[in-house]
Amino acid sequence: MKFVSEYRDPKAAERLAAAIRQKVTRPWTIMEVCGGQTHTIVKSGLEDLLPKEITLVHGPGCPVCVTPMELIDKAVAIAKRPDAIFCSFGDMLRVPGSTKSLFDVKAEGADVRIVYSPLDALKLAKQNPDKQVVFFAVGFETTAPANAMAAWQADHDGIENFSLLVSHVLVPPAMEALLSSSNCVVQGFLAAGHVCTIMGLEEYFPIAEKYEVPIVVTGFEPLDLLEGIYMTLCQLEEGRHNVENQYVRAVRREGNRPAQKSIAEVFEIAPRQWRGLGEIPASGFQLKGRFQKYDANRRFPFSGEPAKESPECISGLILQGIKKPHECAAFAVKCTPENPLGAPMVSSEGACAAYYHYGRRQNHLVQPELSSPTSR
Amino acid sequence: MADAKTTSFNLSCPVPRVADDRIVLAHGGGGRLTHQLIEKICIPAFGNPMLEQRHDGAVVPVNGSRLAFTTDSFVVRPLIFPGGNIGDLAINGTVNDLAMCGARPLYLSAGFILEEGLEMETLRTVVMSMQQAAAKANVKLVTGDTKVVDKGKGDGVFINTSGIGVIEANVATEIAPAAVQPGDAVIVSGDLGRHGIAILSVREGLEFESPILTDCANVWPSVQALLNAGIEVHCLRDLTRGGLATTLNEIAFDRNVCVKLEESLIPVDEVVQGACEILGLDPLYVANEGRFAAFVPVDQADAALEEMKKVEVSQGAARVGKVEEGPGRTVVLQSRIGGNRVVDMLSGEQLPRIC
Repeated sequence: MKFVSEYRDPKAAERLAAAIRQKVTRPWTIMEVCGGQTHTIVKSGLEDLLPKEITLVHGPGCPVCVTPMELIDKAVAIAKRPDAIFCSFGDMLRVPGSTKSLFDVKAEGADVRIVYSPLDALKLAKQNPDKQVVFFAVGFETTAPANAMAAWQADHDGIENFSLLVSHVLVPPAMEALLSSSNCVVQGFLAAGHVCTIMGLEEYFPIAEKYEVPIVVTGFEPLDLLEGIYMTLCQLEEGRHNVENQYVRAVRREGNRPAQKSIAEVFEIAPRQWRGLGEIPASGFQLKGRFQKYDANRRFPFSGEPAKESPECISGLILQGIKKPHECAAFAVKCTPENPLGAPMVSSEGACAAYYHYGRRQNHLVQPELSSPTSR
Repeated sequence: MADAKTTSFNLSCPVPRVADDRIVLAHGGGGRLTHQLIEKICIPAFGNPMLEQRHDGAVVPVNGSRLAFTTDSFVVRPLIFPGGNIGDLAINGTVNDLAMCGARPLYLSAGFILEEGLEMETLRTVVMSMQQAAAKANVKLVTGDTKVVDKGKGDGVFINTSGIGVIEANVATEIAPAAVQPGDAVIVSGDLGRHGIAILSVREGLEFESPILTDCANVWPSVQALLNAGIEVHCLRDLTRGGLATTLNEIAFDRNVCVKLEESLIPVDEVVQGACEILGLDPLYVANEGRFAAFVPVDQADAALEEMKKVEVSQGAARVGKVEEGPGRTVVLQSRIGGNRVVDMLSGEQLPRIC
């Protein structure tokens, strides 16, 4: 397939892997920030190609994983309202709140729908004027422009029965939070290509400078990742700490200006809770000014108990790269995709689910449960 | 972020649990939850040696001949989709389940559950398709039933079909998961994912440059070709709900073997691949309605492939992998770039990813 197969070419992959093997002289720990990158790494078995000196740790860039449990509870509470149509991207539905997931309340009769775009939710609001249509606006900078556009469009068309439950998070503050932790094991970053497609590179220069850490903006195909790893490795081995762009076919230094403009019109920067990491200052978006009338948080006051995480879930350590999923005692035993203790086991982008589904190496293979499946 | 916050995970709370007190959609998705449903509810209630073969149909001895018997229900939405409708699906689905037992399909029953308000024209279209599909498959629809439910209690039409077929005397061995063994080659009868993506394209209003049509078809001619050529077929499985990945996991579990796949050998049409890339789906898990996997001894794989390619429904057949002894209960795929990954069984249906 054009523009896909080229980036999965086995010969080119082997050439890059050979270059990495030749360059490396000592152990290095590199974090890929984005869950989409984690997904590619495990799905393509990319670590099989890397020398043992390179350790990849999987960052907090999975929106499903870092959305706080309290917000899931809030989503569930809104979805249960008889006048609500609750719309979400598919993989948020399975994330456990403190007692229920959106899938659970759907099974109990709530009107929960999977949509592919916030504008689809807006369309539903137009078609169902007697219903409150709420879109779960989850994601990093990548999905922010579309959500901003939905709020802007609702305002423009005077749609009142539409709102956004916003849980937008930002990559650079999360990277800073990780780097400023005394537990930090990360020596270089593969930054999230699609986030930078929107936001550009500027925010990363001060981080690379302050923490003396190489940052390579990287794409999502196997060859992108291998090249990103190679570029990061070259910086590490040569003692450099620059911001470099591997994903040149999608990312410009200044990013996507019109998209940034629509974000700035609708959202303002706010502190955010990150599941597993805690509150990070200035690390998310909230609706501002005249768009606050589309804030589901304001429209549907929620007085639930503060949610508590499972004590056995070490997702915080996993999202920081301190532990790997299979190092968790609950992994694949008590915590499985059917019965997740924490969010990284839910989304296909979550590090734990990725490890569970794609078992990284033979000695890490997950032993499947003993119950035997049957035909349909 | 404070370090104290990230390291002090000593909170106590009730563990979030999966809903096992109610049926959820994932129980019908063909993945792990479907299997749990069958294992925990159905097998304990109905368990008997024939059911426990866990095959697409049961093979029963009757007066010296071997009959295959199977049933399937069809609840697809939308009722009419690119390249087919619920009618031909209901015929071919059951015909194919019989074919997977190595049986020549003979007779079918059809039960209709109709929702009040369904347009008669829609029902006519569906029934006409069933008639044509049955004629093409050379099966007779010999008994049936209709029921009507209140508006809102059904989804237009639900159809159940059951079928009987006969295993010819020239089929010496039993074709069943139990016959799969290390050393078998795995052949798929054509490119994967067309049916699931065709349905999804209508449901989600996706448009492609060239429309993707369902692969819904009767695969018996292909099975017949294999059997007539004297290929020692060990097992046949249709790749419906849950796709190739789920089917191979079932076999790997049942036989405690490892199925090894090579990604570069697995046929997927470019448009289907494109749709999967956009939606974040894996074609290995997408449903097919006219595709099956054949397990044959490795030294007969080329001959089997040659026979299959002669038949229209399996022109695109390809050898995609092999069965090995270990690690047991595992499906492993070698990716295009040469890395390995486990192809697991999903919980329920695949969910589109956020970004």
